Amino acid sequence: MESKMPNPTRIEINCETGVESIIELTDAEVAELTYQAELAAEKKAEEDAQAEANAAAKAALLDRLDITAEEAKLLLA
Amino acid sequence: MPDTFELIASSTVGSGGAANIDFTSIPSTYTDLCVKFSIRTNRTGSVEDAIRIQFNGSGGTAYTSRMVYGSGTGAASTNYTSTAYTVSFSTSTADTTANTFGNGEMYIPNYAGSTNKSTSSDLVSENNATAATAGLNAGLWSNTAAINRITLTPNSGTLFNQYSTAYLYGVKNA
Repeated sequence: MESKMPNPTRIEINCETGVESIIELTDAEVAELTYQAELAAEKKAEEDAQAEANAAAKAALLDRLDITAEEAKLLLA
Repeated sequence: MPDTFELIASSTVGSGGAANIDFTSIPSTYTDLCVKFSIRTNRTGSVEDAIRIQFNGSGGTAYTSRMVYGSGTGAASTNYTSTAYTVSFSTSTADTTANTFGNGEMYIPNYAGSTNKSTSSDLVSENNATAATAGLNAGLWSNTAAINRITLTPNSGTLFNQYSTAYLYGVKNA
């Protein structure tokens, strides 16, 4: 029979007593942790994709206008 | 310089990493709190991660965060609203140079008062390459309870790596 790998741990420090405890996460806490990490990665990926799309659109516009980014700044100044 | 900073507690992550660092039973006898971090997470696929900070074990949707950051290629900003934690950006990951740790600090004024709790923080990810990020963050916990617990969790990774540290200081009026 395969033995289960131990779950990750968390650190709890009681500031009144100074006692530090290393506590193994429950299965539910591990599942929540993984879910939250996936959500964060999705949000960051969306932000990165949006930033990339904005940069590409800006480059395409500059190309169509046949001006540089510095020239565009001058126009808007 | 007046002796206004007092170390309340500290923690160093041991082998195997830690899913979070949780300061509990924080005394209400100071004016402000300051947390100093040296953090590396196990996130892969990116050279930047962030730290989630939750107060009093309270989740829900009462937190907002705004952040501006500069990387090796540009500057940007983002925000988080109605979250269960405030987010501070950025710190090192498994993809940054080996044995480097991001560092930063969060300041929490009037943590024991009866108004909503604001925070400010600055963090940098350390990486011996062009891609490294520095972030300035503002956070708000729309709750009037005194802060007695602070929980730090990786945002995209699942563990703080071994040798990551967090120091909690109490700040008194000079």
